Amino acid sequence: MMMKQNLDLIEGPKTRLSMHPKKFALWLFIGSVVMMFAAFTSAFIVRRAEGNWMDFEIPDIFWLNTGIVLLSSGTMHWAFTAAKRDDLETIKLALGITIILGFAFLTGQYISWGHLVDANVFFVGNPAGSFLYVLTGLHGFHIVTGITFLVVVLLNSIRYNVHAKNLVQIEMCTTYWHFLSGLWLYLFIFLLLNH
Amino acid sequence: MEAIDIKSREGEIHHGDYEQMEHHHESFLTKYIFSTDHKTISKQFLISGIFWALIGGSLSIVFRLQLGFPDLNLQWLQPVLGGWITETGKLDTEFYLAMVTMHGTIMVFFVLTAGLSGTFSNFLIPLQIGARDMASGFLNMLSYWFFFASSVVMLTSLFIETGPASGGWVIYPPLSALPQAMSGSGLGMTLWLVSMALFIISSLLGSINYITTVINLRTEGLSMTRVPLTIWAFFLTAVIGVLAFPVLFSAALLLIFDRSFGTSFFLSEIYIAGEALPNVGGSAILFQHLFWFLGHPEVYIVLLPALGITSEIIATNSRKPIFGYRAMIGSLLGITILSFVVWAHHMFITGMSPFLGTIFMFLTLIIAVPSAVKVFNYLTTLWKGNIIFTPAMLFSIGLVSFFISGGITGIYLGNTAIDIQLHDTYFIVAHFHIVMGSASFFGMVAGIYHWFPKMFGRMMDAKLGYIHFWVSFVGVYMVFFPMHYIGMAGFPRRYYSFTNFDAFSGFTDMNMMISTAAIITFGAQLLFVFNFFYSIFKGRKATANPWGSNTLEWTAPIKPGHGNWPGKIPLVYRWPYDYSKPGAKEDFIPQNVPFSQTPESNLPHEKDPEETPGDEGAIVLDEAKE
Ligand code: HEM
Ligand SMILES: [Cu+2]
Repeated sequence: MMMKQNLDLIEGPKTRLSMHPKKFALWLFIGSVVMMFAAFTSAFIVRRAEGNWMDFEIPDIFWLNTGIVLLSSGTMHWAFTAAKRDDLETIKLALGITIILGFAFLTGQYISWGHLVDANVFFVGNPAGSFLYVLTGLHGFHIVTGITFLVVVLLNSIRYNVHAKNLVQIEMCTTYWHFLSGLWLYLFIFLLLNH
Repeated sequence: MEAIDIKSREGEIHHGDYEQMEHHHESFLTKYIFSTDHKTISKQFLISGIFWALIGGSLSIVFRLQLGFPDLNLQWLQPVLGGWITETGKLDTEFYLAMVTMHGTIMVFFVLTAGLSGTFSNFLIPLQIGARDMASGFLNMLSYWFFFASSVVMLTSLFIETGPASGGWVIYPPLSALPQAMSGSGLGMTLWLVSMALFIISSLLGSINYITTVINLRTEGLSMTRVPLTIWAFFLTAVIGVLAFPVLFSAALLLIFDRSFGTSFFLSEIYIAGEALPNVGGSAILFQHLFWFLGHPEVYIVLLPALGITSEIIATNSRKPIFGYRAMIGSLLGITILSFVVWAHHMFITGMSPFLGTIFMFLTLIIAVPSAVKVFNYLTTLWKGNIIFTPAMLFSIGLVSFFISGGITGIYLGNTAIDIQLHDTYFIVAHFHIVMGSASFFGMVAGIYHWFPKMFGRMMDAKLGYIHFWVSFVGVYMVFFPMHYIGMAGFPRRYYSFTNFDAFSGFTDMNMMISTAAIITFGAQLLFVFNFFYSIFKGRKATANPWGSNTLEWTAPIKPGHGNWPGKIPLVYRWPYDYSKPGAKEDFIPQNVPFSQTPESNLPHEKDPEETPGDEGAIVLDEAKE
């Protein structure tokens, strides 16, 4: 027994990571997006520690937007489980709702910028405000890419190309969308703690 | 003929792929231009890299002329440089800075990142791990074309009227953030940022592809503890790239906002021409942190592939197993991790907290340990080997030499107290040109000599190779070694001229010598370029395995087609360094030879697995495994 195990260690056919290469590549991409936001948020902290920092209020509407984006994660997951169950109608419905929620989130973020301007927090001015706009803006940009991805999956599902035997795409989309919600949650908590 | 062969041997749907590739009529456009074949893409990167190296090199010759012969009349350069040569035949002072900046940018990013990783990761990863191609040929193609677009933008910036970016390759604000700071900070800087944004996208696409391919597409039997060290090096380089480049992207984005939208991330309380700018509250140091968080890992992005290539070439041409294979992997991993925690050693004298400086000094000095492990292992691999001095081998040994002499000066620089004196002097220039510039460049050239037969099916001329090596090797030391002295004497880097300062006028002869050596060294590179292009068409025909090497690429046809192996993908039974194994018939045993065929040389624990590996392994790609 011992001997056999040893042999396996030296010779046995080695299994490679059993993850689909595309999914794996998506995780790497997510990793690089994480690094980008890590850079921004650490720059935020470093800069804040240097003083001359304007304190600002977090717009209340962020709470609502956070709710929306979390809800959209829920509907995204609903779409995914529907795909696993081969429930083709539900996939379309759930994806559609997710897309609408995505747009709702973007609109909410846009309104929040209006509130910020009303509160005299500008993009051009004290870096505190600039950072706020960059963080939300860049996250918003990624939401746009996420919505694009969702639309692609929706179109595919309308063509009956998304089902239990063809899950890769919707799974990747789910991963990405959850990541974007998580990213927002991180940014929101970060801003709550550091504003 | 070949195709029928494949069918009878494999007859599997999965391999339909390969046939299709072979029979599909490729137009010139899809074969040579918008190719998704990793071998073609790698050659595209290589040729682009050589093109950039010539441009970057020529720039350095021009500014070396200025430094070595300040009184020289450069009128004859007017046809090329136009208005940058003044009426009196002098180099325009701001253009001097532009050239230094472009030289650095081009060499670090376009030659030693894209040209090196792009060429060898692309070429060797699929061939050495037994894959048909990269995980995504399409993204791979995109990676090249983003690089191409980035190159076009950067090249254009060289020819615009206000000149290219001039604030140094590190583009520190405020110089880079204020278009009115100097002429290169206008459109030139904008183009620099656009070009680098494209470059970063290209690099991320490439890196994600390399990592995915190495993780997912290795052939049966090829565990991560059996892959050649080249693969480990390319893999970790890509990991560093994925983690570090996004941070540069962040920094560039904030810089763009500062430049074009009036934000103050990096700008604060600045007077220009007596007028106060509106920007308050920014921090230029912040930019340095962000930049060097990429910048330091970047130097290892440049170096690691060269180290991997060297491991392979030294083992092959010493006819000995690499010494300390696992220690080599460990030190690569160590360097990868440590490279992310030493960035502030570039900022010791920015006014950073001295306590923080001490921490970074400590971390910086630790990185010398894995570096020393690598050097030790190269030397012990060479020790008592049956060394075959091919040009590739000579260049690899040259790399080891540079890695030692340049690494040692790194240890000086890592000490905060000494760095106060040496920072931003020619000592730095000497340090990084030896340890990064020359070492990586030698690694790249070694790789070209070594894998040329696989790339083009012909050999490069060895005699020209020897001349190229000796002139380059001696030349590099002649150019960069004296710079240590100049640096210790306090010469600041990036100065247009020293003759204006009494304190620095003493080294005129030394500077003349350096410049002369630089010109000769550059000349030797032209010899190499000639050898390269001549051999592509007229070189001696290569044999299948000209260096007697163990790795999988040499089991492929001399000129591998689309899909790399016409038949089945070879399986791997052993590590790649079975050179001069006691008892063996020959002094090398390729990785795809089962132990059952080499009873005479097997060590007690070396037996084939009970069931021979099935076909499954090679085709994981096609199945969406859940
Ligand atoms: C033994 C390991 C090393 C140590 C301790 C070390 C240390 C340092 C330090 C402290 C500096 C900053 C000096 C200053 O600006 O005042 C520096 C600069 C530099 N090092 Fe190293 N280094 C090491 C190896 C390397 C390697 C392996 C590379 C590249 C492959 C490299 C590339 C560079 C470059 C490019 C710069 C200058 C960047 C610039 O200011 O333009 N170093 N090194
Ligand atoms: Cu460094």
